[in-house]
Amino acid sequence: MKEKYLINAKIIDPKNQINEVGGLIIDSNGLIKAVGKKVTNGNLPAAATKIDLKNKILIPGIVDMKVFVGEPGYEYKENFKTLSSAALSGGVTSVLSMPNTLPVIDNVSMVDFLKRRGRDKASINIFPTATLTKNIEGKQMTEFGLLKRKGIVAFTDGLKAVQNPRMMSRIMSFANQSDSLIIQHAEDNVLSEGGCINEGEISTRLGLKSIPALAEKIIVQRDLSMLEEFPCRYHISQISSLKTISVIKRAKEEGLKFSTGVSINNLSLNENDIGDFKTFLKLSPPLRTENDRLELVNAINKNLIDVIVSDHKPEDEESKRLPFAQAASGASGIETLLSLALELAHNGSVKLEKIISAITCNPSKILGIKKGSLDVGSDADLCVFDMNKFWSVEKNKLKSKSKNTPIEGRKLQGKVALTFVKGELVYKNN
Amino acid sequence: MAVIKKLKAIKIKQNHLLGIQDLSFSEISDILKQAKTFIALNKGSAKKLDTLRGKTQINLFFEPSTRTQSSFELAGKRLGADVMSMNVVNSAIKKGETLIDTAMTLNAMHPDIIVIRHHDSGAPNLLSQKVNCAVINAGDGAREHPTQALLDALTIINRKGKVEGLKIAICGDILHSRVARSNIYLMNMLGAEINIIAPSTLMPHSIERLGVKKFNNMKKGLEGCDIVMMLRLQNERMQGSFLPSAREYYEYFGLTPDKLKFAKKDALIMHPGPMNRGVEIDTNLADDINRSLIKEQVELGVAVRMACLKIFCKKI
Repeated sequence: MKEKYLINAKIIDPKNQINEVGGLIIDSNGLIKAVGKKVTNGNLPAAATKIDLKNKILIPGIVDMKVFVGEPGYEYKENFKTLSSAALSGGVTSVLSMPNTLPVIDNVSMVDFLKRRGRDKASINIFPTATLTKNIEGKQMTEFGLLKRKGIVAFTDGLKAVQNPRMMSRIMSFANQSDSLIIQHAEDNVLSEGGCINEGEISTRLGLKSIPALAEKIIVQRDLSMLEEFPCRYHISQISSLKTISVIKRAKEEGLKFSTGVSINNLSLNENDIGDFKTFLKLSPPLRTENDRLELVNAINKNLIDVIVSDHKPEDEESKRLPFAQAASGASGIETLLSLALELAHNGSVKLEKIISAITCNPSKILGIKKGSLDVGSDADLCVFDMNKFWSVEKNKLKSKSKNTPIEGRKLQGKVALTFVKGELVYKNN
Repeated sequence: MAVIKKLKAIKIKQNHLLGIQDLSFSEISDILKQAKTFIALNKGSAKKLDTLRGKTQINLFFEPSTRTQSSFELAGKRLGADVMSMNVVNSAIKKGETLIDTAMTLNAMHPDIIVIRHHDSGAPNLLSQKVNCAVINAGDGAREHPTQALLDALTIINRKGKVEGLKIAICGDILHSRVARSNIYLMNMLGAEINIIAPSTLMPHSIERLGVKKFNNMKKGLEGCDIVMMLRLQNERMQGSFLPSAREYYEYFGLTPDKLKFAKKDALIMHPGPMNRGVEIDTNLADDINRSLIKEQVELGVAVRMACLKIFCKKI
């Protein structure tokens, strides 16, 4: 590989506290050789070809901490190849893949399969998770140590919380011993049984069973109480309600160590968007009120939420064209994660640097992976975007195999121009 | 017949009757006006018209129903339509076919009107997006049952002259009730004041946002009411998870002569049926011809459904 020179970029790398106009050199091994304001046209060999970024923004490749792939078992919804092209067009270069496949990822042989498929078919970095419990039944824990040695970076039951508190406390205790990261989908199964929408006026009007905010709060509160007794690397997958924020705030004030994520959907949409039974907006956790949304945005500013995820869950038409209660939950979102997050910067609710941190260095720090920064000597995984380019979301132009975007027709400002993985230019927007 | 011809210029914007929420005040008045003309017809000896001659009406019931289904069937037949009732509960359609596929199959037979009842809220809306004919909601999940509310309004108007200014109490399992929701929207629009009475476990979240007052105390909720609408309490709700027992429910939320005294002296009793005598309503009150409108509701139900079939069938 030849050396590449990127110049005239506005570089934002929160981990290294870089926020300046400059350039970046990719060496012949695809690693970052130099970065910053000193990399200018004048300082580079005159004969070399340079990529002039014309003041576009250069950030580390995005790390998306919640992505459902579809392989194995649901290839008709998404496979590694379609996921890769979707991710790259959204500037995402690393994903944490959820274990809710068919069969689920709960044993060592499945990890080998996943890694092989990922290596052969994916052009992004796949960081696989395994389940916390065998077959997501919440009864028997998986082999954290052995799975971790095989390359599993985190453990989660994905779509389900471990309900039994005794089981959960043992998981925490065991996870600590093997230094494993555990991620909880915070939702009490009994309180949310049959529910598909936030509890409130909308659920009453639509006559749908609801998922009360209490179902989320109660699991977070339970887990954080246990975390005091059994400290371990603990991450709350996604929160959706302001009630949960107050629990998190109190725990942080008491000095408890854990991290929290939120889906871009819960930051950009609310329950009113469901309108007349739009199943593409049936999500887990559900969209809640505008007040909840505003508080979630606020919680990012107050460092109570660390990570923004796409919660990319591709679903085919057959799973969505059903009465609301029967339809699958989840939305496709990896391609629009950055652009939608930029809305928060454009409207002044969150600073750009904060948004970039929540999708680059924060997730990689939690996961303990060498991604999400422009460290010299690390893989040149890069995302270059035009902050002001206008575009509107059209589902048929999306690269994901499933077209269940919750923001069809939404006008966005800011679009990915170039994406690099390990120094290779793998996506270019025309 | 002569009366019916007078009302030709009825204007309805919607193609389908999916819920009261989609209707405007003038559309509702038109439906009620039209229904009134059918009341006398239904009492006469020659009950059949040819308004919908040559039209096909399919009744698609995914939930068991006696009165609504027979009422729609009779309404269609009296207007001269060819009516086919599909009892999906026991048929092959239930075995794995999606609602959309069922809709496509039926659509290929060119019906003019489909009457649907479904256990999932919003199912009629989904159906209406996929077929070329008019869709009438005969009850979906816990969302809406528009024709029931319309017939309730007609029954009230028939006795009290108007709905405007009346105080109406709706009492019972509001949480699971589509009848309650449709009635709240409709009676509100027609200018009534509405009290909702239910045990707190059967009271929907934020119900007051629908423009009603809520009560856990039946006697207080009934104070000054002109109409007392009782709702059916399903058996499975009585056994411990929502309520301690039928006995406890009857004691606090069953309509008894004792509690009825708190309403106005001439207050009338309604019930969408089927009733659980001795659970939600005292058996003598249910049969009291001076107070109970329950039989009249069934009678006027046919007239209201005839009006809906006629008006919405025309649109397509």
